[in-house]
Amino acid sequence: MGFLLGLLCVVLIGLIVIQIGRVSELATQIRGARESQLATNQFHSVFGMVFMAVFMLASVVSAIYYAPSSLYHGPVVSASEHGSAIDFLFDTTLFFTGIIFVLCHILLFYFAWRYRERENTKAIFWAHNNKLEMIWMGIPAVVMTFLVIQGIYTWNNTMTDVPANWVLGKDYIEIEGTGQQFAWILRHPGVDNQLGSRDFRKIDNANNPLGLDWTDKRNHDDFMPDVMYLPVNMPVRVRITSKDVLHNFYLPQHRVKMDAVPGMPTYFIFKPTITTDEMRQKLSKEKEWQEPYKGDPEKKRWEMFDYELACAELCGKGHYSMRRVIKIVTMEEYLKWLGEQKTYYNPENALSAQ
Amino acid sequence: MASIDTIKEDLHHGHHDEHHDDHHGDKYQSSFFTTYLFSQDHKMIAKQFLITGMFWAVIGGLMSLVFRLQLGFPAENYTWLKAVLGKWIEVNPETGVGSLAPEFYYALVTMHGTILVFFVLTAGLSGTFSNLLIPLQVGARDMASPFLNMLSYWFFFLAGLVMFLSLFLNTGPFSGGWTAYPPLSILHQASDGSKAGATLWIMSLVLFVVSVLLGGINYITTVLNMRTKGMGMFRLPLTIWAFFVTAVLGLLSFPVLASGFFMVIFDRSLDTSFFLNEIFVNGEALTDRVGGSAILYQHLFWFLGHPEVYIIILPAMGIVSEVLSVHARKPIFGYRAMVFSILAIGVLSFIVWAHHMFMAGINPFMANIFVLFTLIIAVPSAVKVFNWIATLWGGSIRFNSAMLFAIGFVSLFISGGLTGIFLGNAALDIPLHDTYFVVAHFHIVMGVAAFFGMFAGVYHWFPRMYGRFMNEALGKIHFWGTMIGSYVIFWPMHYLGLAGVPRRYYNWDSFDAFNQFDDLNKFITIGAIITFGFQLVFVLNFFWSIFRGRKQEEQNPWGASTLEWTAPVEHIHGNWPGEIPAVHRWAYDYGKDGREVILQTEPLGPGEKDSDAH
Repeated sequence: MGFLLGLLCVVLIGLIVIQIGRVSELATQIRGARESQLATNQFHSVFGMVFMAVFMLASVVSAIYYAPSSLYHGPVVSASEHGSAIDFLFDTTLFFTGIIFVLCHILLFYFAWRYRERENTKAIFWAHNNKLEMIWMGIPAVVMTFLVIQGIYTWNNTMTDVPANWVLGKDYIEIEGTGQQFAWILRHPGVDNQLGSRDFRKIDNANNPLGLDWTDKRNHDDFMPDVMYLPVNMPVRVRITSKDVLHNFYLPQHRVKMDAVPGMPTYFIFKPTITTDEMRQKLSKEKEWQEPYKGDPEKKRWEMFDYELACAELCGKGHYSMRRVIKIVTMEEYLKWLGEQKTYYNPENALSAQ
Repeated sequence: MASIDTIKEDLHHGHHDEHHDDHHGDKYQSSFFTTYLFSQDHKMIAKQFLITGMFWAVIGGLMSLVFRLQLGFPAENYTWLKAVLGKWIEVNPETGVGSLAPEFYYALVTMHGTILVFFVLTAGLSGTFSNLLIPLQVGARDMASPFLNMLSYWFFFLAGLVMFLSLFLNTGPFSGGWTAYPPLSILHQASDGSKAGATLWIMSLVLFVVSVLLGGINYITTVLNMRTKGMGMFRLPLTIWAFFVTAVLGLLSFPVLASGFFMVIFDRSLDTSFFLNEIFVNGEALTDRVGGSAILYQHLFWFLGHPEVYIIILPAMGIVSEVLSVHARKPIFGYRAMVFSILAIGVLSFIVWAHHMFMAGINPFMANIFVLFTLIIAVPSAVKVFNWIATLWGGSIRFNSAMLFAIGFVSLFISGGLTGIFLGNAALDIPLHDTYFVVAHFHIVMGVAAFFGMFAGVYHWFPRMYGRFMNEALGKIHFWGTMIGSYVIFWPMHYLGLAGVPRRYYNWDSFDAFNQFDDLNKFITIGAIITFGFQLVFVLNFFWSIFRGRKQEEQNPWGASTLEWTAPVEHIHGNWPGEIPAVHRWAYDYGKDGREVILQTEPLGPGEKDSDAH
């Protein structure tokens, strides 16, 4: 019944639309084709200007309105060292593109209005102007050169692997993130700071979900925490792998993103600069973060803030649910936490597996 | 006996060929089947492509509405959709609330992307207008091979048929994204959509590649070999340049996609391991499927995939250049610069593909090269934008639906193109990749913008197709609804992306960082539904006008200079009765020497300089 009513409505609207069309054609005939074309030119060129003005205004106002929720100009600032360089590149790009965006729109709709066909208007014959074309080829070329240089500089600073003289455990730590349908398994190297070797043929979802090779002693102190703790101001190299299909290791606030590819470990190096607690304190002063937390209305949003790990590469029907929490803490807290962890290694299991 | 000179002329220009004079009832158009179905007439094939494209656009659009409902109103009861979607609406037995199954959400997203990119914006856009305009604007009787041209449409039809059937599979249509990255698209254990759905999806697209290649080889041959007397390459309208470069891009890149697909088929069915390595899925280690690389597929895919976005946007650019010039009553500004930027974009499009893969695990050093070439594309693109704006300057602009859509295209191309400068820079791609910022970017710059080019073309050349006009009032309602609606839908997505919200999420509830945008998502969904409604106005206007639209009385209603308007209103097989007109000047003599328009067929006056002579 409801479906029929809906169909009826659509048909009625369709009939009305057709009538509008026919009436407008009659009106054109009565008024004369030329006359009504000029009226149309007037109306739509003015409307174009109004549209442009509203669009420009709305884009600026909405950008300001949504700035606090963005990762760039909100209270949740970049929480990693390389992140601020990326944010700077974002601002530079926004500056140049913003100017072009506004300028081109003003010119486009202003010219359309200014040069609308009226009584006695005549188009000029102007086919090209090499000087002008050189100028507007040159300007974007210069701007692009600038952006390419800044971009490549930022990229290489971010993506280069750890320098050869860095000592594992002293200058940086290494953890591992493994994607599977549909969860992340995070592995900590334990007190020896070394991730042991793995073999996908040794995987046993119940007893050895990562296929750790127990003959490799480095594996004996490794563990897989539900929540990964990382010390602030210590570079972390994440070794990113996948068990089944593509995933993507995505930490929004740390500007970390890298595909997890089965059979080919990738990496991302970042240095967290703000602990979870510091970020919560910072957010406690922000108006929008006083709202009740969605999962627990008793709490406020800032109290429940956490760095979240997500998947950013389509991996199947549960792609949207691969959440893990990463806690950034002080070195003391980190060591305390590390001391409390139990290794995953269990000699009996391991022996039976061999 | 013709003299040797005439024979030469015949060979080079097809100028004096008068053997097509019998318009009605010649052996190619004698029955319903050969006129409307298995037609070899490029004008009819163009209409077939257009109407099939419109069918798919409606299907693809409706799919987007269903998944937008899920994203905007995830908690609503969708039991009413069960009538259409059947078991893919899962009803909770306790609450009675029906919701969209996640598998099907991903299937809808995948189908929406595939259908819109390939069936609508490739076949529907370049298929329609290349077919309609290439012979008419270069001055040819038909395509070089009308038979291959017919096959091109029917392979497209077949591709569509296979894709349509896949929607009704018990395990659901393919759901691994329109890019079909392995291993997800190979491992049937990993996803229901990767069972029969993926097989049909790949079959369909292989048929589609055949269609594109048959069409493309025809377009290229026709443009190169069948131009009429006097039609030098630099006298071609920009539409033809755009279609020509598009066809070249398609011919060079689609086979690479096909090779990638064949390797996927081998991996799926013959137990090869081109793209598989060290996989443990569904409780089982695939111990004998090692040694491949999932990233190899991405190279093959994007070697097509990036030229593909230019295959979509170049025809729209060509159409817009033509429409802007005709309705501003001015020559297109900087014709040669426009041609060279089309060529530059075409060449560059082959060396930027890895910018889709910055975060895919490629060697970071490689990104440097791809950043460089990607951002260089901004230069020819900017030249085009500035030239379009300069074309308006000093014009006498006639505001009709075609012109409005052309102006709208320029606005969208600016808005969407500029965000490409963010995404093309690898360092910025780290936070922005696979977020809604990307969704906003490509929908505006190649989705909606290409649609605007298509609409501009349909309104402009509708008289050339059906001998009638589309209704202008409805066209303008359609324009403003779509213009405002498109920005309402896609502009807010930038803000989602800047907040880090990832794309291809069924819902964001479990993430504190992403679940703060309920209102914005509702807003986008409502905008999408209303904007879709405005497209129905277009569909209605289109079909109404075919039968009831105002009749075209003048042969050249827009006062355009190009050849297609010198052919009679009545469609005839072979396009022109008698001789094919010869061309004496470029395509943009508007407002020259105080005359509103000088047709390309008019010889240069005594002492008159060719406008484009440099």
